[in-house]
Amino acid sequence: MMKHSVVIVGGGPAGMAAAIAAYDRGVTDTVIIDREEELGGILRQCIHNGFGLHKLGRELTGPEYADVYKKQVEERGIKVYHTTMVTAISPDLVVTAQSREGLMKIQAGAVVLAMGCRERSRGALSVAGTRPAGVYSAGTAQKLINCMGYTVGKKAVILGSGDIGLIMARRMSLEGAKVEAVCEIMPYSGGLTRNIVQCLEDYGIPLYLSHTVAEIHGTDRVEGVTIAQVDENRRILPETKRYIPCDTLLLSVGLIPENELTRAAGIPMDPITNGALVDENRQTEVPGIFACGNVLQVHDLVDYVSDEAEIAGLGAAEFVLGGGKKGVSVSVKPGAGVRYVLPQRINLGEEKDVPLFLRVVKPYGKVRFTVKAGDEVLATAVRLKAAPGEMEKIVVKKEKLADVQGEITVSLEEIV
Amino acid sequence: MIYDVIVAGAGVIGGMVARELTKYKLNVCILEKESDVACGASKANSGIIHGGFDPEPETLKAKMNTAGISKLYETAKMLHVPHKQNGSLVCAFGEEEEPAIHELYERGLENGIQGMSILTGDEARALEPELSEAITLVLNIPSAGIICPYELTIAAVGNAMDNGATLKTNFEIAAIQRANGIYTVTAKDGQSVQGRFVVNCAGAYSDKISAMVGDDSFTIIPRAGEYLLLDKSEGVRVSRTIFQVPSKEGKGILVSPTVDNNLLTGPTALRVRTSGSTETTDDGLAIVRNLSKKSVPGVDYRQVITSFSGVRASVATGDFIIEPAKNAENFVNVAAIDSPGLTSCVAIAEYAVEILGSIGLELLANPAFDGTRPDPHFIKKMSDEEKSAYIAEHPAYGRIICRCEMVSEGEIRDAIRRNPPAHDVDGVKRRTRSGMGRCQGGFCMPYVMKLIAEENGVPMEQVTKKGKDSNLATGRI
Repeated sequence: MMKHSVVIVGGGPAGMAAAIAAYDRGVTDTVIIDREEELGGILRQCIHNGFGLHKLGRELTGPEYADVYKKQVEERGIKVYHTTMVTAISPDLVVTAQSREGLMKIQAGAVVLAMGCRERSRGALSVAGTRPAGVYSAGTAQKLINCMGYTVGKKAVILGSGDIGLIMARRMSLEGAKVEAVCEIMPYSGGLTRNIVQCLEDYGIPLYLSHTVAEIHGTDRVEGVTIAQVDENRRILPETKRYIPCDTLLLSVGLIPENELTRAAGIPMDPITNGALVDENRQTEVPGIFACGNVLQVHDLVDYVSDEAEIAGLGAAEFVLGGGKKGVSVSVKPGAGVRYVLPQRINLGEEKDVPLFLRVVKPYGKVRFTVKAGDEVLATAVRLKAAPGEMEKIVVKKEKLADVQGEITVSLEEIV
Repeated sequence: MIYDVIVAGAGVIGGMVARELTKYKLNVCILEKESDVACGASKANSGIIHGGFDPEPETLKAKMNTAGISKLYETAKMLHVPHKQNGSLVCAFGEEEEPAIHELYERGLENGIQGMSILTGDEARALEPELSEAITLVLNIPSAGIICPYELTIAAVGNAMDNGATLKTNFEIAAIQRANGIYTVTAKDGQSVQGRFVVNCAGAYSDKISAMVGDDSFTIIPRAGEYLLLDKSEGVRVSRTIFQVPSKEGKGILVSPTVDNNLLTGPTALRVRTSGSTETTDDGLAIVRNLSKKSVPGVDYRQVITSFSGVRASVATGDFIIEPAKNAENFVNVAAIDSPGLTSCVAIAEYAVEILGSIGLELLANPAFDGTRPDPHFIKKMSDEEKSAYIAEHPAYGRIICRCEMVSEGEIRDAIRRNPPAHDVDGVKRRTRSGMGRCQGGFCMPYVMKLIAEENGVPMEQVTKKGKDSNLATGRI
């Protein structure tokens, strides 16, 4: 069996940043296993700009952002297994992978999960109607257009106002298609504000909130969709049904972390994030297995994926170098107004500040976040507004973590 | 060329009839209106090998079901079609429904079904812990099973083709004429095929085909069955197929594992406008959700991966029609094959060929006939060592295209090359499972399109989802 100190599963932005961090901490025997031919993951198909503002201080396209990291991987001579698919990870850190060369098994010193996420499909929504060609998840359409050079339709309706849906509304328009409508089942968009402005408003594309696609029509190719308003329980209001002729329906209805390998390895999961439960080093409950990026929680900005991956890569390197000593830990739970907090567990006495990442349950105006352990306030933060589509970050200082008792909660209150 | 037998329809019945015919020295041509085989009810049904307790004794359904079970298990083995004898349970909810369980048991005995037993609710829950507490009496049928219906159809047609049969897809029959003892079957687009005998296996359209030769003695009443398919994480809820006491409308809503370890719930039994009405409806899917939870309350419908609908080719009498057409010579109707048609398919094929023999088709054994078909999923059954060795020789089997179902490039190329060849994305999906998993083709579809384009030497824009005008890419940038 082959041996490598740190094995990174996935060569997207998370995998690359984790590999670089592990290498720079001194674990030069770090390898990346990637199913694609070229490093970069989904960034390769994201040819729009807006990447890197926070992390690199400049605005790049997806492939440009990926290339910054790819170059660093190459400069360090980090070994990459391309077009290789990891098929199993065992709790004792044996990684099995498959490629055109055959099967390989690697005994890893630590494993970093960085498999990214997938899109929810039409089937998962159970949209009524026929099953013609022309229904694509937004990412599939993006791949066909941006990476393969094919248009996917001339007249489109988009269901879901997540960021990929918004980006694709603009992309379809730029390729000469008419985007008739973007329907969002929630009363607010799940996408970034800047994308609503730059991708819909600038192109005169209407966004219908509290609307969904009630039925798909067409035998061979999509001929039209029936859209309808929904009530507060997301039930279709039949009297609001309206037919829109179109040949394409794009779905941007949510991203699901690709955790099949994680579950098969028996790693405990968080039912809200659909990712593994992790500590502040992004170590899962299985010692030596770390997770980062969209396989851990769905991010809205790649910049934060890179940040998180650096934490995981460093954690994996420390685990290999130091053997993964463990002290007392406390759990972190979401309180009022907060949907989830990550990490879900913090090891005490680690002598470093711990940033908490969280999402709120619904859109708010001005709010104050409070991080507490019992009655003790560990951190507060005020935001002028907060929305589920934008991840929040609150740092807890190391001195505050010195003698925490009991569980930590993060909650919010609206303030004027 | 004048064929000995023309088989109209490449569903599971047409496929099995064609395969049965190639056991003899006969030139056989299968005509299919869609771009692929198994595009009607054969791809959208419960996939159950029924125990045989349900049909009224002495009906064709009862005879074919009873005779068909062991024949189907045997044929599925020869053709390497995924199947499993998982048994089924028919559940009564309360005293009112309990007499029906005893009736079904008696009827099953009369139909010659072996191994049945009646269980109390608690005994049944000991076997299947997720069954509802409201279940009071249960008929246990261990001989029942599950099978992949479209893979069975593909394998039957493929095996018939391997033994010499011809398949013509995109052949929508518009007219059938007979002159000098020869049938000329003409398609909508003008092409035609000639043959001495015709077997009508046209499923939901069999009444229209029969009427073309002057036999309008039956009318298909299309009834849709809507289903929900759930992720493999839900496939563990039950190991047996769970039925409710049947009604006039059908065998009710079932909850069953599939041979691929997913969970299947459905079907509804709603009368629909046309034989092509395969759309799903909000109301239909709501019925499936609610009634399935009556049997197995724990089903988690957040794990749905797809929904679909199939149209049953039912008739008013409720029985199969397997007989020479009225007013037409050398023409046999194999029609009205709704449930338990899948279970009965091999028996039906044998019976239909027997009828053809009795009306003058010469049946001389074909010594070259080989009833087996190589396993399309062989790579998945290999040990790691065997797989490694095989990939070293055949690298395409090492490259995974569909990550949810772990389907390799080699398997997809096989599906495009083997009989019956897949021409489109859905055809590849039914043969390999590529795109059948939780992402529903989100990642693999562009790669599958590329392989189809490459294998067939056509541009990407010509690759379709399911033939005709179902193109996926609409132009070049």
